[in-house]
Amino acid sequence: MNQLKDATLAAAEAHNREFLVFSLGDEEYAVDILKVQEIRGYENVTRIANAPDFIKGVTNLRGVIVPIVDLRIKFHLEKVEYGGQTVVIVVNVEDRVVGIVVDGVSDVMTLSPDQIKPAPEFGVTLSSDFLSGLGSLEDRMLVIVDIDKLLTSDEMELVERVAE
Amino acid sequence: MDITDFYDTFFEEAEELLADMERYLLELDVDEPDTEQLNAIFRAAHSIKGGAGTFGFDVLQRTTHLFENLLDHTRKGELKLRRDIVDIFLETKDMLSDQLNAYRNSDEPDQEAFERICETLQRLALEEIGQDLDGGAAATPPPKAEPVAEAAPEDLPEAANPAGGEQRIVTLLNVGEKDRQLLVEELGQLGEVISHQGDEQRYEVVLVSSDSDDDIEAVMCFIIDGDQFQIRPAASGQSEEAADTPLVAGEGERVVTLLNVGEKDRQLLVEELNQLGEVVSQQGDEARYEVVLASSVSNDDIEAVMGFIINADQLQISRAGTASEAAAVEKTAVTPAAADAVKVADTPKPADKSVGRSTPKATNADASKPARGKAKAKGPESSSIRVSVDKVDQIINLVGELIITQSMLDQTVSEMDGVADSALLNGMSLLQRNARDLQESVMSIRMIPMDFVFSRFPRVVRETAGKLGKEIELVTEGESTELDKSLTERIIDPLTHLVRNSLDHGIEPPDVREAAGKPRTGKLVLSAKHQGGNIIIEVIDDGAGLNRDRLLTKARENGLPVSDTMSDDEVWQLIFAPGFSTAKEVTDVSGRGVGMDVVKRNIQGMGGHVLIMSQPGEGTTIRIVLPLTLAILDGMSIKVGNEMFILPLSAVLESLQPAKEDLYAMAGDDVVLKVRDEYLPVVAVHEALDVPNAKTKLTETIAVIVQGEGRRYALLVDDLVGQQQVVVKNLETNYRKVPGVSAATILGDGSVALILDITGLHRLSRAKKEKRRPERELQSLEALTDKALET
Repeated sequence: MNQLKDATLAAAEAHNREFLVFSLGDEEYAVDILKVQEIRGYENVTRIANAPDFIKGVTNLRGVIVPIVDLRIKFHLEKVEYGGQTVVIVVNVEDRVVGIVVDGVSDVMTLSPDQIKPAPEFGVTLSSDFLSGLGSLEDRMLVIVDIDKLLTSDEMELVERVAE
Repeated sequence: MDITDFYDTFFEEAEELLADMERYLLELDVDEPDTEQLNAIFRAAHSIKGGAGTFGFDVLQRTTHLFENLLDHTRKGELKLRRDIVDIFLETKDMLSDQLNAYRNSDEPDQEAFERICETLQRLALEEIGQDLDGGAAATPPPKAEPVAEAAPEDLPEAANPAGGEQRIVTLLNVGEKDRQLLVEELGQLGEVISHQGDEQRYEVVLVSSDSDDDIEAVMCFIIDGDQFQIRPAASGQSEEAADTPLVAGEGERVVTLLNVGEKDRQLLVEELNQLGEVVSQQGDEARYEVVLASSVSNDDIEAVMGFIINADQLQISRAGTASEAAAVEKTAVTPAAADAVKVADTPKPADKSVGRSTPKATNADASKPARGKAKAKGPESSSIRVSVDKVDQIINLVGELIITQSMLDQTVSEMDGVADSALLNGMSLLQRNARDLQESVMSIRMIPMDFVFSRFPRVVRETAGKLGKEIELVTEGESTELDKSLTERIIDPLTHLVRNSLDHGIEPPDVREAAGKPRTGKLVLSAKHQGGNIIIEVIDDGAGLNRDRLLTKARENGLPVSDTMSDDEVWQLIFAPGFSTAKEVTDVSGRGVGMDVVKRNIQGMGGHVLIMSQPGEGTTIRIVLPLTLAILDGMSIKVGNEMFILPLSAVLESLQPAKEDLYAMAGDDVVLKVRDEYLPVVAVHEALDVPNAKTKLTETIAVIVQGEGRRYALLVDDLVGQQQVVVKNLETNYRKVPGVSAATILGDGSVALILDITGLHRLSRAKKEKRRPERELQSLEALTDKALET
């Protein structure tokens, strides 16, 4: 795991990277902008029976059936509301298209490698396995999510494992 | 650009060539091989060799090289074909496929297998040609000398190729400085370049190489066009030019040889020739008739005149001297093999054209063309393009979107005033028609003919029949019937199994057949045809038919519930039961009883079903009925709570409102519905899929009677909405398999609806009930049912 983190950091050293910053409740998170395909509103989601509660269902994205995951439920945020501000970030991970529901998208930030600190071991709900690091930006702190690992992890139940 | 970019193209092409090769090999009549087929097989091997050489697939190149040499001997008639030789050829083809796959997976091919096949081929060459060479010595010269006219030397090095170390002059015409250097370098890799000189217009390279002309050609074709170069042996090349010169004047006697021309046409032709010049003499018979003509017109003119009456390949024109020599050579070649060789060599008709050309240069340039044409001719130009399935699927998706958008517009527009907005409404209906047409034609792109499937069966039948010692004639019908690509790929395995089964169990051994008064050779028919929205594929044999008594006995042994009163159809279906085999002994072809149930499952997985018809002593027909495509489904939309689902219409038998007295609670929480003396398990969709706000009173719901995997269920839904065609979308592309759901689709309003999987749904509802049983505090279905029944 440390190796992986090192690798990520090493890669980051070469360039500054751009991140899309989104909010979940009061917290600010960031994903690598290269993973983001588009941003759209939350609408018309068809529920899937017997799926975990954070999988809201599937929606039609120009002919492609895309599962929608609500990260707020996954991260056990207290307030989960769907309104005009609720936004779906459509990301590409491992040849899959997945939509993630967030409270809002704020901006795109460029972070230099020294602004990204390794994530400490913490959290039960969000294991540091799924973080690429913490971005510090003056008085703000961004939790940089390794969206590939998060969405393809077993606990997201998005991807079928061979064993099943 | 990297050369590896071309790998895929090569692999695909090579695969196609191998498939062609196999087809031709199987079609070959061993006793009287068709020269065209032999040529086609040779060309396929040759093209693969060329590609393999270019990309550095060494093993593949060496195997094809040996193979090609053998084939070359075969097409020249020096190697007499036998059934076992064809078998070796087929084996070689398989080996080539394996090697190709290895390269495709960036592996090295199996060295051992490679050596084995090389050894086999070499031994074959040694045994067959080594022996025949004495007798065939007469046969060897004709192909060299045969084309009679000056173009003959073109063929010489190719025939002499295995001897190696041939000196050749490669002449480059109108090739720029840079390309020349490149070419000389390339040629240097093939052999030794002794000298090169000349200017841009004409540049001559003298090369000593053991590779055939075709190889040199193949290498050069990457850099320049075929008509920019010519290859000829060093010595004869010179004399050829010299010999041409006197002819430039145009005067001289020529021998016009007519092959297989009837009496009447001959007279006509002689008359025609008389008008061109003076006919000095004429003699011969129908097979070969020689006219000596003194004329000043060019050979082309003579050919043109005669072309009105006979075909070009019936005609040879040569200078008087050469012709008689050639004829002499030919007469010594008395073996039938030689006769074949003559035919082969005759095919490139324009070879003779070169004679009367004005300058030696032009002569050479033109003469090289036909020689090339012979090597490269690939039959009719293919009028198709290769497109990746992804691209096609993308188009299909986009068109699906278009249809959805169009129906959304349609909904909006339908509320408009028919008079005021008539122009818009007209436009809309036009759009609708166009969109539907577009969808139909796009869907047809995915369709490929059944030939794709059937073409592999000659091989299967040949091998299986050989193993079983049976004589089988395979007939295929309806090869052009089209089927969705994904289905054609999936039908191959089940179909192969059925064919093997028919060969093994269906068709009797020749002796038994004879005793039964049937022809020794059994007949197996594979047919495909369209019927409505389905394709029907049949495997028909004229064998012994299924034995009802034996099936029943076997079924009892296996503990299957059977009775003597079962209908034939039901008895026949027994062969699909798992572990069921009536074969008296297990062969390696079939008889293990695994398979038939898998066949049935596979076909059901494709949304189809299998029917069996059988007459004792007359044969068995196994009929597979499949939907034409998996991409579109006839669906029935149903509503449960506020959610919409789609049921495959093919599974829906009927729907009814369950009456209270027809519902029975069973063993606690199971409910059955009595429909016409049949008790069907009830599956409440809202329970299986946890749909909120659904109707829970059983008598208020609608029971849809559906069939899945041979069993019937009563699905309880809130409402039937309608019937529509839906485009099937895979859920697993971006998500995962969902129990009880087979796929998804997009409805007219742009929302997603799930397509229900009936058996999955039943399993799901059972699983839920089991889970619920210990949890007494939860409302059990029993209580629910009781309540529902009370009301």
